[in-house]
Amino acid sequence: MRDSRATRLLFKVGAILFALIVTTGVLFLAKAQPFAAYKYITLGALGSWDVVTNVFVSWVPLLLATSGLLVTFTVGLWNIGIEGQITLGAIFTTWAMRLLEHSGWNPTLILMLAVLAGMLGGALWAMLAGALKTFGGVNEIFGGLGLNFVATALNIWLIFGPWKRPGVASMSGTIPFDRSLWMPIAQGSSRLTPATLVMAIVGILVVYAMIEGTYFGLRLKAVGKNARSAHILGIPTWQYMMSSFAVCGIFAGVAGAVQVTAVYHRLIPSISSGYGYLGLMVAMLVGYRASLAAPVALFFAALNVGSIQLPIVLKLDSSLAGVLQGTLVLFVVLGQGVRSRILKKTKVKS
Amino acid sequence: MHIELRGITKCFGALRANDNISFAVPPSSIHGILGENGAGKSTLMKILSGFYSPDSGDILLDGKKVRIASPADAIRHGIGMLHQDPLDFPPLKVIDDFILGSKGNLIPNHKSATREFRELAARFGFSIDPESYVDTLTVGERQQLEILRLLWLGARALILDEPTTGISLPQKEKLFATLKKLASEGMTILFVSHKLEDVEALCNKVSVLRQGKLVGSVDPPFATGALVEMMFGKEIALEPKAQLRFGSNVLHIKHVDLEGIRIQIKGLDLQVRAGEVIGLAGMEGSGQTLFLGACAGLAQPVGGSFCLDEDEKDMTGRTYHEFRKHGVAYLPAARLEQALVPGLTLTEHFILSEGMKGLFIDRKKAEALAKSRIQVFNIKGRPDSTVESLSGGNQQRALLALMRDPLKLILVEHPTRGLDIESTIYIWNKLKERCARGTSIIFISADLDEILKYSDRVLVFFAGRVSPPLEASTLSVERLGRLIGGKDWETLETEAAHA
Repeated sequence: MRDSRATRLLFKVGAILFALIVTTGVLFLAKAQPFAAYKYITLGALGSWDVVTNVFVSWVPLLLATSGLLVTFTVGLWNIGIEGQITLGAIFTTWAMRLLEHSGWNPTLILMLAVLAGMLGGALWAMLAGALKTFGGVNEIFGGLGLNFVATALNIWLIFGPWKRPGVASMSGTIPFDRSLWMPIAQGSSRLTPATLVMAIVGILVVYAMIEGTYFGLRLKAVGKNARSAHILGIPTWQYMMSSFAVCGIFAGVAGAVQVTAVYHRLIPSISSGYGYLGLMVAMLVGYRASLAAPVALFFAALNVGSIQLPIVLKLDSSLAGVLQGTLVLFVVLGQGVRSRILKKTKVKS
Repeated sequence: MHIELRGITKCFGALRANDNISFAVPPSSIHGILGENGAGKSTLMKILSGFYSPDSGDILLDGKKVRIASPADAIRHGIGMLHQDPLDFPPLKVIDDFILGSKGNLIPNHKSATREFRELAARFGFSIDPESYVDTLTVGERQQLEILRLLWLGARALILDEPTTGISLPQKEKLFATLKKLASEGMTILFVSHKLEDVEALCNKVSVLRQGKLVGSVDPPFATGALVEMMFGKEIALEPKAQLRFGSNVLHIKHVDLEGIRIQIKGLDLQVRAGEVIGLAGMEGSGQTLFLGACAGLAQPVGGSFCLDEDEKDMTGRTYHEFRKHGVAYLPAARLEQALVPGLTLTEHFILSEGMKGLFIDRKKAEALAKSRIQVFNIKGRPDSTVESLSGGNQQRALLALMRDPLKLILVEHPTRGLDIESTIYIWNKLKERCARGTSIIFISADLDEILKYSDRVLVFFAGRVSPPLEASTLSVERLGRLIGGKDWETLETEAAHA
């Protein structure tokens, strides 16, 4: 077997097929009709203009998280703490909104400041994980995971404590903001906010340009591929790791801000909606390359949105999308491993 | 064992590492394989020992065609390979390392293995304690252990890849005596080297490879000039040592104390003048690497001070990056692990080392820079070649090409380890060019000839003790060898007291 574009594509297609087979198997086990399920997922994601706009609503925070993770993956870090960074972004955004909602300032200005506050929150939380790694010798995976739990606890405490609804605290979150302080919604749509769409698209373009075209990006790559050599070549390695944490935190913070200002219009307990973990899967699926992140994130968003209807129409849990996404990543990564093994063998044999 | 190779060809991509190579080695003989770096020696030996399969061609052992699929397969056929860096297990006991490769019972019989180990060792006059740990052995002793292990596994042919690198003179003599004894007992020995003197002293026949092809095989007596010409296609003359006048102080080391993991250096004083070359001699792990790292800010002293330049700028406790900013360069020996970034191209390395400014990468400028450096430093590679695709010699050239200009001080670990004569001369010419322009060099080498040939002064390290700077012109290989082995240090101290 030769290493070519064709064989690579073959393995990708094979991975998708295997993922579908496994998911179908799971559906059979659940005594459901697989094809009906796939049909409803497709309809749920593409069936009407309204659901298509919903896919984009879900795409925005997912792509933002993925963009940030591409930066930390480039420098060789596994920023699993992104969930907490999204949460802190949401908390800081909510804090700014609460501070300014009765100020009488221009709503656009307030929203901009709120997003900036989100960036700050995400970046600070990410740099905390970075500082734990750099100065405390705590692996970023363990530090990040720990900080995720702290972020969740902090969020719940705020919702049930200082920021609780007057009268009774509720799992449904804080009081929604005034409609004038919602991210402006596109005409003819119920939820789509063009401003956040722009943020996501600009974000992934910035990350692509940063990694592929800037000195900063090249140095990140060098540190990621061999930190010791990078140090000898004159790159201050820990500063670059910290900066990549900060950049990823900023993106996560924006994702959190979008969740608060454009999706829920308040702070809710599960404000990150798992977009951080999903972003990790998207980044793995695209092999840490920025060029494919946008379409793959869109596909994942479509699966998420498409499966929302499943409980109603088929009495199936909507986590089916997660099964499909998880097995897909698993088989693609497995395919890469198998492919390189076969390539190595044929190289020795030939 | 009679070994015959017929038309062995092996390609890596476009590179023909071995091109239709045929020769035969009879039993009871030592056959030298000579060639510069990248000539295809290692590839050929790896084919014979089962690491690679040839693209075409046959291997015949005692007249029978065989297919060697793996190193384990090779040893079953009676072929054992001794690698340049011993492939042993430093955390294990000698006896466990010895037993490891053997087939047999679930529970190894230590008693009989130990007895057989002692018998074998006694036969060759090796004194290795089977109960000691492998990491306490010297490189020479580890080689001896490997030889014993391969013999015990039933090797009837031995391949030795650059075995004289990194071992002391007495150990080398011991090794040669052992090999001759083995050959006289019917063993077939393939001896891979780029050191002419070793090949001349040992071999019954020499085959020379160049650019993947067999140039020819010669019988003794060997004419050095002819061999060199076969290796390189031309004769190479060594540059005479130029007498330079040294400038002012570049580095002033005042009573420095250093602490490594298993080594301590106390009260080291040294003044390095502009244009001077200082060689650091000693067995591996005697403190040279610790000292060299400290000169670059990679390790911090626990006492004393480092000053740079005439104006005695105190750099004690500063980071590597600050040393680098002040014109100090560090070239580690582990090129792909510590100096270069696998996966990145030559161009990208030049961009990184130049510290180019701005936001977006100026690709045109970077590529032009890479092209000119590749040409000036004669690197066999393209601007978009990844560094791991280059051969060792070309990686070393790339390291030199990555150095900034001007520099005050260059610190090099093993500048020419594993390189052929042509690359060695080339690399030292490039380093000497820097000296002529006032750069000082401190280098570590295990090759005593290299130390004596290129240094102006020499520091000898022995278990953390450091000799006063010795004029290289007054030293001989023998004296240096004794000092490295811990002998004659008393006379050194009395000499220093008189001076």
